Amino acid sequence: MIEVQNLTKYYGDLRAVDGISFTVERGEILGFLGPNAAGKTTTMRVITGYLPATSGSVAIGGFDVFKNSLEVKRQIGYLPENPPLYLDMRVVDYLRFVAAIKGVDHQQINHEIERVANKLALFEVFDVLIAQLSKGFKQRVGLAQALLNNPPVLVLDEPTIGLDPKQIIEVRELIKSFGQNHTIILSTHILPEVSMTCNRVIIINEGKLVAVDTPENLTAKLKGSESILLEVEGPADEVMQTIRQIPSVKSVSSSSVQKANFSKYIVEAEVGADIRKEIATAIVRHNWGLLELKTESLSLEKIFLQLTTREEEH
Amino acid sequence: MRNILAIFRRDLKGYFSSPIAYVITGLFVVVTGIFFYLLLSSFIQYSYALMMQQQSAPLNVNLMLIRPFLLNLSVIILFIVPMITMRAYSEEKKSGTIELLMTVPLTNWQIIIGKFLATFVLFLVMIGVTLLYLIFLFLWGNPEIVPIIIGYLGLLLFGAALIATGNFISSLTENQIVAAVGTFAVTMFLWIIGFAADSAGKVLSSILGYLSIVEHFEDFSKGIFDTSHLVYYLSVVAVMLFLTFQSVESAKWRS
Repeated sequence: MIEVQNLTKYYGDLRAVDGISFTVERGEILGFLGPNAAGKTTTMRVITGYLPATSGSVAIGGFDVFKNSLEVKRQIGYLPENPPLYLDMRVVDYLRFVAAIKGVDHQQINHEIERVANKLALFEVFDVLIAQLSKGFKQRVGLAQALLNNPPVLVLDEPTIGLDPKQIIEVRELIKSFGQNHTIILSTHILPEVSMTCNRVIIINEGKLVAVDTPENLTAKLKGSESILLEVEGPADEVMQTIRQIPSVKSVSSSSVQKANFSKYIVEAEVGADIRKEIATAIVRHNWGLLELKTESLSLEKIFLQLTTREEEH
Repeated sequence: MRNILAIFRRDLKGYFSSPIAYVITGLFVVVTGIFFYLLLSSFIQYSYALMMQQQSAPLNVNLMLIRPFLLNLSVIILFIVPMITMRAYSEEKKSGTIELLMTVPLTNWQIIIGKFLATFVLFLVMIGVTLLYLIFLFLWGNPEIVPIIIGYLGLLLFGAALIATGNFISSLTENQIVAAVGTFAVTMFLWIIGFAADSAGKVLSSILGYLSIVEHFEDFSKGIFDTSHLVYYLSVVAVMLFLTFQSVESAKWRS
């Protein structure tokens, strides 16, 4: 549905986006993750046709953004970082205006506005001036605007920024529900958002693509080893020795302060090996008390830090 | 066409849903009203004085009152147009709504024509108010109507040229004040080169005179319709709209 090839964008001498390529399949929700000034907004602006690329190409549904810009614009609903709202308009007038310039059929306008307002629960603020809306409602009006004319592709730039926790959850749920009918690209610098809403993640930093994968795979890939957290009641030295003897264990270290016979260990094993069972058996065989045993999954947050800090070391 | 209309309606409503349209129109009405009153009272005094001297031929209202009034109007318009056009594009750039306009299936020309028409119609409303003053002249006098029509046609063309200029300058900046001052500077320049023309050499004088935006209004104010002036104003409009197009188009590349 969306094909980005070798996209590069300079602002003067400043390179904002550097040779990014990726594709998004129909019906996918793609998360665009990166720190501030990583090039997320720039990439999205190029995809929506707001900015031209310095080099490289973007195609939406087979149409080139630059050559067929009107056709591409028909396919995209775009929510910029700051929702593009006319503060001096009432919500319903604003939606009517956007529907008109998006080419919604004249007879269909009211119907289309109702459809969108229904999805975003906007009826109660229909007659309110946009200037008087809360941040959450403004964001929803922004989303409503993007959904008008039911475009197959949605591009959402930081859709949850500046919202309170309850609103964030609402907006995420909404985005997930859009995923059934739309292909979505969504940018964020909040990690849990990505694992919660997206099928696939792209991490970019300083304009370069750092990683593309599903949130799950990305976690697995980056770990390099599976780590297991263990709490055992038993003599520390012996416990460590016993565990070391289990095949595919790479290292064992005792982590927290030891108190009498209780201590915590971190066991590193080779990727893909699930040795929880062996550990448990070994401990039970020695008659020690197994108090805790869990695999520690590396959160996206850690991956993100790892990826982006590694980038800085170059 | 429908898209142009949508932009046009939104912009025009935008003017009237903020205090701007009312403040500018109010200011315009007060200033033009004062000028009209002053011209009218001096006209009355003058004709009264002539009557005392037993002169039987009445003074020509068109020549003695309406023409100077039209010239006054043209100068007031020079000052008022920057206030009308300053927010056309600057406001959209500042608030980010330009991003909406540029990412929906609209062509740049639809945006530009829609915005130009909105500012022009606001101008028409203001000019329309001054017609009310003239009604008094028709009630108690008998001015000729054709020169008035031509004079107002001239005002509309003159205004259209200035408004296209203001639109262009507004498209260059996201700061409304800069847009207003910039437009003012340009319109002032186009006015002042008319004065310079008077004291310049023969060739230079005719060039400067031709460029002066006020110079071309002179004939209209006398009730003379000359297509060369029509062509001048329409070309200014066309050139300015073309420049606006370039500015809107290249904003993408500059940012």
